[in-house]
Amino acid sequence: METIKLTIDNKVLEVAKGTTILKAAKEAGIHIPTLCYLHLKDLNIENKPAGCRVCVVEVAGRRNLAPACVTECTEGMVVNTHNIRVLNSRKTVLELILSDHPTDCLICAKNGNCELQTMAQEFGIRKLHYEGEQSTYREDTSPAIIRDVDKCIMCRRCEMMCNEVQTVGVLSAVNRGFMSVVAPAFEMNLDHSVCTYCGQCVAVCPTGALTEVDHTNSVIRALADPTKTVVVQTAPAVRAALGEEFGMEPGALVTGKLAAALRRLGFNYVFDTDFAADLTIMEEGTELLDRLTRHLNGDKDVPLPILTSCCPGWVNFFEHQFPEMMDIPSTARSPQQMFGAIAKTYFADKINVKREDLVVVSIMPCLAKKFECQRDEFATNGNPDVDFSISTRELAHLIKQSNIEFNALPDEDFDNPLGESTGAAVIFGTTGGVIEAAVRTAYEVHTGKKLEKVDFEELRGMEYIREATIDFNGLPIRIGIAHGLGNARKLLQDIKDGKSEFHAIEIMACPGGCIGGGGQPLHHGDSSIIKARQKAIYQEDANKTIRKSHENPYIIQLYEEFLGKPLSEKSHHLLHTHYFDKSKDIKVVE
Amino acid sequence: MAKYKMHVLVCGGTGCHASESDTLLENLKTIVADKGLDNEVQVIATGCFGFCEKGPIVKIMPDNTFYTQVCPADAREIVEEHLIKGRKVNRLLYVDPENKEHISDSKHMGFYKKQLRIALRNCGFIDPENIDEYISRDGYEALAKCLTEMTPQQVIEEMKKSGLRGRGGGGFSTGLKWEITSKSVSDIKYVVCNADEGDPGAFMDRSILEGDPHSVIEAMAICGYCIGASYGLVYIRAEYPLAIDRLKTAINQAREYGLLGQDILGTGFAFDIELRYGAGAFVCGEETALIHSMEGLRGEPTVKPPFPSVSGYYEKPTNVNNVETFANVPVIINKGAEWFASIGTEKSKGTKVFALAGKINNVGLIEVPMGTTLREVIYEIGGGIKDGKKFKAVQTGGPSGGCLTEKHLDTPIDYDNLLASGSMMGSGGMIVMDEDDCMVSMAKFYLDFTVEESCGKCSPCRIGNKRLYEILDKITQGKGTRDDIDSLRNLSHVIKDTALCGLGQTSPNPVLSTIDNFWDEYIEHVTDKKCRSGQCKALLQYYIDPENCVGCTACARNCPVNAISGERKGIHVIDQATCIKCGACLEKCKFNAVFIK
Repeated sequence: METIKLTIDNKVLEVAKGTTILKAAKEAGIHIPTLCYLHLKDLNIENKPAGCRVCVVEVAGRRNLAPACVTECTEGMVVNTHNIRVLNSRKTVLELILSDHPTDCLICAKNGNCELQTMAQEFGIRKLHYEGEQSTYREDTSPAIIRDVDKCIMCRRCEMMCNEVQTVGVLSAVNRGFMSVVAPAFEMNLDHSVCTYCGQCVAVCPTGALTEVDHTNSVIRALADPTKTVVVQTAPAVRAALGEEFGMEPGALVTGKLAAALRRLGFNYVFDTDFAADLTIMEEGTELLDRLTRHLNGDKDVPLPILTSCCPGWVNFFEHQFPEMMDIPSTARSPQQMFGAIAKTYFADKINVKREDLVVVSIMPCLAKKFECQRDEFATNGNPDVDFSISTRELAHLIKQSNIEFNALPDEDFDNPLGESTGAAVIFGTTGGVIEAAVRTAYEVHTGKKLEKVDFEELRGMEYIREATIDFNGLPIRIGIAHGLGNARKLLQDIKDGKSEFHAIEIMACPGGCIGGGGQPLHHGDSSIIKARQKAIYQEDANKTIRKSHENPYIIQLYEEFLGKPLSEKSHHLLHTHYFDKSKDIKVVE
Repeated sequence: MAKYKMHVLVCGGTGCHASESDTLLENLKTIVADKGLDNEVQVIATGCFGFCEKGPIVKIMPDNTFYTQVCPADAREIVEEHLIKGRKVNRLLYVDPENKEHISDSKHMGFYKKQLRIALRNCGFIDPENIDEYISRDGYEALAKCLTEMTPQQVIEEMKKSGLRGRGGGGFSTGLKWEITSKSVSDIKYVVCNADEGDPGAFMDRSILEGDPHSVIEAMAICGYCIGASYGLVYIRAEYPLAIDRLKTAINQAREYGLLGQDILGTGFAFDIELRYGAGAFVCGEETALIHSMEGLRGEPTVKPPFPSVSGYYEKPTNVNNVETFANVPVIINKGAEWFASIGTEKSKGTKVFALAGKINNVGLIEVPMGTTLREVIYEIGGGIKDGKKFKAVQTGGPSGGCLTEKHLDTPIDYDNLLASGSMMGSGGMIVMDEDDCMVSMAKFYLDFTVEESCGKCSPCRIGNKRLYEILDKITQGKGTRDDIDSLRNLSHVIKDTALCGLGQTSPNPVLSTIDNFWDEYIEHVTDKKCRSGQCKALLQYYIDPENCVGCTACARNCPVNAISGERKGIHVIDQATCIKCGACLEKCKFNAVFIK
């Protein structure tokens, strides 16, 4: 490896050729503040437009200051990261950014969690020397995401996420100069765009420019309404991340405390989306085997591979961008919606509560779920199967508001019957988990044999596109996995081009899967947090006594009492869905 | 050209075009034909003559008669008097402002005397839409010479030896740039011509493309040969329709003649050119922004390195040169690097085209050897300041440059001297200001431009320039303080130090150079609340002339803020602290007693 010697703040360093000043300084323990720069190392995502100019440093012999995030080290370079020239420039630049930023921090959704605010505090900004006009824009509220771009600082992280990682292409810089801002084309509303509501823009936004639509007040109102029975379901990835909001280490599992907190918030029944995840496996796994068997029997009209359909961001993506392939994904609804459908039929009947009087709330790591539960096809007579979906972050706010000392809560269990789940369900929270859960069940159903080992290590990891072949008793089943919509696009394109040889593919819209969802506690650029959550998810799976969906006793009971068997008529009615060609929803003005 | 006895050259540049030179051309052609002279007299449209102040220009060859400000209606007289009877139309000749004599030959005009036209050599001499005319003036000879007699490295050496530096503003050695790109290893490379001219008032690139498009095409092909590229792109702003038309025509003709395309001149060398249109963003003159714009991306710059010569258009090595730079290339090859290097100063060789504008008598396009002084340009070529006013400053380098004053007038113009004086060469805009110009307002004007043209990518440029503008505006409104001047300085230095690209790094130059050179004016604005030029309306003060005031009280009665005091039949006085400068007193006074200062 070719190395380079340089001096940063009088420290002599030797770094690999191609290393930026920022990285070299970091290695040497020298902190250079950054704002637009974002490096999700474990996900191989980097944003460095060098636009904010906060990370400027002085390089001896150079006319102007150098942005540390993109300037590569050169032999003999002498760098000063904190002299008076640098500090004055850096502070002035930050003051400029603040001078074009609303000062409504006290009532901002990102109050206390804003990178700009933190930086202003760290820099000790007490006065803006250059005040003047502020750029203002129309606020845009969609079913899931609010754009308050007065607060946009042009860091371009959202743009990078939307275009490079997700390849959705909704957000990009528009306008010139002082009015430059990141927005959909023609500054249209998000809900007039091909936005998938994956929320990755929200996940990386350093300020309050992009936030989720907050439904906590609706939840509080429902809880306070004595005529309503309020049921809550919580997604697998929530338990691996919620603790972070209460100062716990990333990867802390808080399943028991989560159930306890929900109970104290006043939910009448504290259930688990994991139950519905097991149900999803029953339906989706059976669908996979059914399609596979028919295909292998020579019915070439049966499309393969089958694609998972539990990720609503992904569903939005293919409805907009690959409508011609709508027959490929599984028709199984997402666990959130399966839960809602069962809760408002089977469970409502069981407790003898009318559908209208039952409120289903979901706690999700996801913002697209907010959109999903508002889809017309997931409502009966205008009454949605899931009434409100709130994010992990919103739940944390709710808990904090409700005088609940989260960290001191005892571990409690979920209620039954919709609270019991298996290890297969919890791994839905990470990339590779859904397909592993499906394999565990499909294998046993198909071969009639018991799995020796339920852990399929070959399906795990953080690599964006993974593939593995699982031996179904002599029948090699080829599995593909993609997370991040840009990677999903690659696999879809292969299918479109007839180059795909997979039997089944799992797709998650967010990098890392739901653990990296747009509704999770903010990682602020530290991707090791997402890895820690993944570890926790697999830990939870390993801790479970039952680790295969078809062995969940309450699932067995549900089929016996209500649904009959997977893919039954009732299942089709309640647990499956159809997709819409949304490519024409977006009209490009000629 | 030989078969005609006479040639009538009508300026077809955009400026003269706007003054109906196209109708004039048609009229001349029709009348010439009516008179049965079309076999003896050729009437053609040429590129810009440069003397736009006096346009439309008509030149008659071979007797070198230079007619100025010719209207379409003058066509008949020119044909009947000059072409048929051989009598010059005196009233259309240029009048020397000094001795009031009519001058018929441009060589004797002050405007042309000190000029040396290399880049503009063919502008105004040839029909830009006729490749034969270009060829007849040694056109494509340089390309042939390079392809058949020289290796790419030899051409590069020649370019390096010539000392030609980028005319778009950067001033980087052209030969060196070619050499770097030639050494970049890649299957595909590109030659890009930057025709995204954007400095306010500058139009040399447009004039070259309108008047001599083949010189650029030929140079691009030579560059392609040197760096190993077979593909060229001209990034030209869509607001230059005439230049685009002529360039397209020229490219097609070059293709027909086998001077573009496969196997050029039978040497096996292949090169072709396409156009890419820009939407007129100033920042797209910055080469990385230009390349992104050509790629269909938002026209905003990225950090260098990597330089385009290593990773440019679609990440391939790309050599970007400006129009004027290219226009110099064929002459250098034909006449030799030594000849070119003999012109100019030690580190700035050859000539530079300037667009003279502002308060100067001879507005237009000029080309002078490097080392010519500002005084020569302004007083001899430019004919001095309009209306006999006093020279105050000249802004060179457009919005990125700085303003130079009286004390700089005898500095020889070249890249390094301009930089040392706090300005820059830029693309060659030269705006002259007189005593009626307020230097704070001037700085504000340029900031207004850069605020408008900032791409918005980096915070110092996006917000900092806006704040600079706001402070300048505050000062011109009479609300500025001494602290504001300090703020301007600090902010300017921070922007220069931290902005991402050349636009931001240079945008505070007009502020800094006016503060440096016109400190008194700034102080007057902020402490005395005065603008000596009277340009800042908010700083005007209303006074009552005691000589004229009869004490009629009309002003006092009409003053909405009771700022005027005085007894009936006594002299009235305006309290400046209360006055809101509404002008009511001035309007109501019947005795001309109220005046503005």
